[in-house]
Amino acid sequence: MEFFVTLIQVLDSTVRLATPLLLACLAGLYSERAGIFDIGLEGKMLMAAFFSAAVAAATGSVWLGLLAGIVSSLVLSALHGLASITFRGNQLISGVAINFLASGLTVLIAQSWFKQGGRTPSLFGGGRFEPIEFPFADAISGVPFIGPIYSELLSGHSILVYVAFLLVPLTWWILFRTRFGLRLRAVGENPAAVDTAGVSVVGLRFAAVAICGVLCGIAGAYLATALQAGFVKEMTAGRGFIALAALIFAKWRPWHAMGACLLFGLLQAIALRFQNIDLGGVVIPVQVMDALPYILTVVILAGFVGKAIPPRAGGEPYVKER
Amino acid sequence: MEKMPKWADVVLIPVISLLLAAILSALVILAIGENPVEAVKLMVTGALGSTYGWGYTLYYATNFMFTGLAVAVAFHARMFNIGGEGQAMLGGLGVAIVCLYVPWPHWSIALLAACAASMIFGAAWAAIPAYLQAKRGSHIVITTIMFNFIAAAFLNYMLVNVMRPQGSMDPATARFPEAVQLPTFQSMFSTAENVMFRGAPANISFFVAIVACVIVWALIWRTRLGYEIRSYGKTETGAVYAGISPVRITIIAMLISGGLAGMMAINNVMGEAERLVLNSTEGAGFIGIAVALMGRSHPFGVFLAAILFGFLYQGGAELALWTSIPRELIVVIQALVILFTGALDNMVRMPLEKVFLSLRKGG
Repeated sequence: MEFFVTLIQVLDSTVRLATPLLLACLAGLYSERAGIFDIGLEGKMLMAAFFSAAVAAATGSVWLGLLAGIVSSLVLSALHGLASITFRGNQLISGVAINFLASGLTVLIAQSWFKQGGRTPSLFGGGRFEPIEFPFADAISGVPFIGPIYSELLSGHSILVYVAFLLVPLTWWILFRTRFGLRLRAVGENPAAVDTAGVSVVGLRFAAVAICGVLCGIAGAYLATALQAGFVKEMTAGRGFIALAALIFAKWRPWHAMGACLLFGLLQAIALRFQNIDLGGVVIPVQVMDALPYILTVVILAGFVGKAIPPRAGGEPYVKER
Repeated sequence: MEKMPKWADVVLIPVISLLLAAILSALVILAIGENPVEAVKLMVTGALGSTYGWGYTLYYATNFMFTGLAVAVAFHARMFNIGGEGQAMLGGLGVAIVCLYVPWPHWSIALLAACAASMIFGAAWAAIPAYLQAKRGSHIVITTIMFNFIAAAFLNYMLVNVMRPQGSMDPATARFPEAVQLPTFQSMFSTAENVMFRGAPANISFFVAIVACVIVWALIWRTRLGYEIRSYGKTETGAVYAGISPVRITIIAMLISGGLAGMMAINNVMGEAERLVLNSTEGAGFIGIAVALMGRSHPFGVFLAAILFGFLYQGGAELALWTSIPRELIVVIQALVILFTGALDNMVRMPLEKVFLSLRKGG
């Protein structure tokens, strides 16, 4: 029974930790399916985390904070679009620049506004997303097995967690069942064909980059206003890159993205709870757990476990006149 | 036909991009309520106003020269090596092993051995992404990013569980023996009555970095291998037609790149800290990207850009000391330089090309 309680706790923390990964991963999914590589997920999340916490701290409203986070992330998305779509610059270099821009600006502005060493004041009350309790969660928590699963694991997360998981079927539906989704995928595989059909390549790509910005904004706001109570320097801690890894791991597919994010979330949850894991004499050091998402991604990229093939036109600026 | 003269491409565009980055940085300083003119004055006196300041500026510049050259060599083969950070970390591990476990009679022999070890470790860390890119087609950018994180976790493990001296809580190796201490600028240039570079970390590695710049220049523009790397970078199909093996060039270029990034460790690990600590690289691997972009992937350009960034680093530290502007200002400037000289290159280039074309028509 004790094992079961621990398991539920670890899984509960898995869901919390997988949420920002999932949001960022889906963000990358839209962008990369449209042919725009985005290694700036990390920076956009960080920027959104700061602005959501700053606005929530100043106004006391977490919803205004969320809005500010999304807008700030969209601004960086627009910059990425300007560089990589309008001026046909290198998408990877633009992403690197965005990451540094966010990492520097957040601390600079935080220091200038709050003077607390690059962090925002702690959020409380209406400044945070509160957990949502499902109906009867208290009543049936005593029931063996089903009780803890319902009241601990499924109930009691903030609304953004449920939004993130609902976005998975929505993304699948948009990408594979709508005209917009078909065009979005086409523009990532063969933009010339889309252009020939009379659909704007630039417009579609900007739309994808904008969706990416919105989702990264939600991811960042979740980090600062739901998972933690306020912004601290570099609080994304490489999550944008883990999301990128999950995206490759999932081979750019929404349902698989959820699986990959849950797996990487589980690894984080285990690393957080147990430091070094003793498996009957063989000790797995905590650093192995930290590095595992990246190692798995490299193995997948190497094509040893099924080949990960990115969208064909990914990373290539589209030049109309040939 | 060239759309504009070569000097415009080599000098004018980087200068304009740099000016744009500087103007935006000044606006950022204004926005947080400080005076940009005062800030620049403080940075110049702090970084260039004394031999002490120069000692720090050149110390940082040495790091950036190595990582900048690393990124530049990969750029010539049209690869983007973001893994300089991880390769430099591994280079540090190589230096630490050589310095700690071998009793060297003199620093000069130790320096040679440390150079070799750091190169081998850095190159080894670049070898797997290089192999995967060449043979399996996995994107070098993604794999090198992943290898940065793996390197950080690996180094953490080595320092906490393996190399940490007994009884020490600090995740770092023991101090290197005195015999492997590199001569600093202070000991090299001071006279009895006039102490120069007092306490500054600049050391003999600076000259090793300059030698590395010259060697890279000779390699890229004066050898057959360099020619192959450049032609592969310009057109892959053309290179293949000329009998150049893409696999060979990809792997060799990445090994050289990783080796150069690893060599940074002779400066920061052997020259300055004299032991291996966590996060000894302090992001220098990433600054190499900005340095290579600004230096247009030419060793002389990298040399100049590295000194500029050394100045920014030392000046930024002085700013953080004397004003309320935090050190992160440098990260913003670095981002703007990468943005304007790298990603938004066409924004500057396209209007300039138009200007030169109309000038030519007029004349």
